[in-house]
Amino acid sequence: MSVLVFIDVAEGHVKKASFEVLTYGADLAKQLGTTAEGIVLGSTNEDLAALGKYGVTKIHQVKNSTLDHFDSQVLTNVIAQVAQEIGAKVVLFSNNVDGKAIAPRLSARLRAGLVSGAVSLPDTSNGFVVKKNVFSGKAFANVSLTTDVKIIALSPNAYKVQETGGTAAVISFNATVPASRLKITSINKVSGEVPLTEAEIVVSGGRGLKGPENWGIVEDLAHALHAALACSRPVADAHWRPHNEHVGQTGIAIAPNLYIAIGISGAIQHLAGVNRSKVIVVINKDPEAPFFKAADYGIVGDAFDVVPKLTDAVKKLKGTS
Amino acid sequence: MKILVCISKSPDTTAKIAFTDNNTKFDTAGVQWIINPYDEWYSLVRAIELKEADASTTIHLVTVGAADVEPIIRKALALGGDEAIRINIESHDSFYIASQIAAVAKQGGYDLIFTGKETIDYNGSSIGGMVAELLELPFISLATKFDLTGNKATVAREIEGGEEICEVQLPVVVSCAKGVAEQRIPNMRGIMAARTKPLKVVEPSAAETLTAIQNFGLPPAKAGVKLVSADNPADLIRLLHEEAKMI
Repeated sequence: MSVLVFIDVAEGHVKKASFEVLTYGADLAKQLGTTAEGIVLGSTNEDLAALGKYGVTKIHQVKNSTLDHFDSQVLTNVIAQVAQEIGAKVVLFSNNVDGKAIAPRLSARLRAGLVSGAVSLPDTSNGFVVKKNVFSGKAFANVSLTTDVKIIALSPNAYKVQETGGTAAVISFNATVPASRLKITSINKVSGEVPLTEAEIVVSGGRGLKGPENWGIVEDLAHALHAALACSRPVADAHWRPHNEHVGQTGIAIAPNLYIAIGISGAIQHLAGVNRSKVIVVINKDPEAPFFKAADYGIVGDAFDVVPKLTDAVKKLKGTS
Repeated sequence: MKILVCISKSPDTTAKIAFTDNNTKFDTAGVQWIINPYDEWYSLVRAIELKEADASTTIHLVTVGAADVEPIIRKALALGGDEAIRINIESHDSFYIASQIAAVAKQGGYDLIFTGKETIDYNGSSIGGMVAELLELPFISLATKFDLTGNKATVAREIEGGEEICEVQLPVVVSCAKGVAEQRIPNMRGIMAARTKPLKVVEPSAAETLTAIQNFGLPPAKAGVKLVSADNPADLIRLLHEEAKMI
């Protein structure tokens, strides 16, 4: 019996979301009186033993070139082998792009109850109850898992990463790796920018910016804050910005520490995608904009005047001006 | 080509979220029900586009729900699709729902199964992956583009900071996100035609339930916005640094 943490690797690097899940896994193991172990599939450039600092004692690595490419069917098969071999009682994922593909498959394969989008450690005082977001962050639900093996996919940025020190034993696991039926032909990344779903700070622009040619002020502020860029739905629909920047009910849901909305009125559908942000800042010239009701800080003013001044203030604060 | 499109109902995006029965049930009073936007705008519309490109394509819609879901499935049929199957049971357990869909899919022999990337009520993002595993099929999650050349699908899926393009031979299960297609409005001809399209009701097959919702709650309300004067924006940065400790 142990807690097994899926360590998500992309292009040889462990994703930030996995540090959160490792910490969560170590805390959960403590709560259950057991140990947390990690699983890494494929090759990586990282010092896996060092991941012990998040509290995992062992890391099972399956090296096989098939596993270097993302195929949820193959990865699920191999994770199931490891989970069964070590007798894992709880398997943990980040509820990120990869977790959303693998966790449901593993749930069906192992007949293990899944809670996706968990926001805190389970309540194990009477059963096993996990709190998760529902209704696009407008509410939460407490979900009871009654199966022998349980799966939790942790909401990104919901659990604080903690380093407690320590080294993990890295164990090579001999798994049977099935052939992949997918062929990955290319990976297109916007280089040099902070990925939206991993960003701690997000700067977002709406129709109030009047046109794509005015995005420079948004980009400048984002760069100064080392933040990711986002936009509202009308902006993406008008092709001012690429659709992968659209946050909201029908775009991407994010939960950064700080969300700065510029020229976005705050329609309920937009709020559904950003309401789990820890701090929301709204800059809008309309004092009646509904977004102010959901904001922590706000400025009623013209973005073209206010935003460059914010950028200057950030640079000054960080000593980069 | 046979396509199965999974349709779920969801509360309208502007619906007030409240709970009854000691916070154990979603309060449906006054709630307008819609087709889950991801199911409608992206997966159903893309299926319709594929049929427009190849008239020999058949589209079946499947939904798991009680009789009250029928107006939603008729609305989906008004957009397109040849016939619908309603599995007559209401459930909030993803695995139970996925098992029902997988049972229907097995019988139908579909080349392509589309789901939305998640429902906007329970946000499970689970049905597609579970159906794929139950059918032992490849699964592409969070697709942002989907194209077919003969029996080969080229799919882009969302990854952190970009997209990954992959090729896969049908049959495959795909969960659709923004980018796969654009929203459409049903026209009068479609609405009229939908009235007479077959809507088959089948009873659920035996399946396990793996989870149970105990209760719901609402997040604590925000304390209220702290406004900073537009004459001194630097003060906002100071507050974010000193008070909120976010930068």
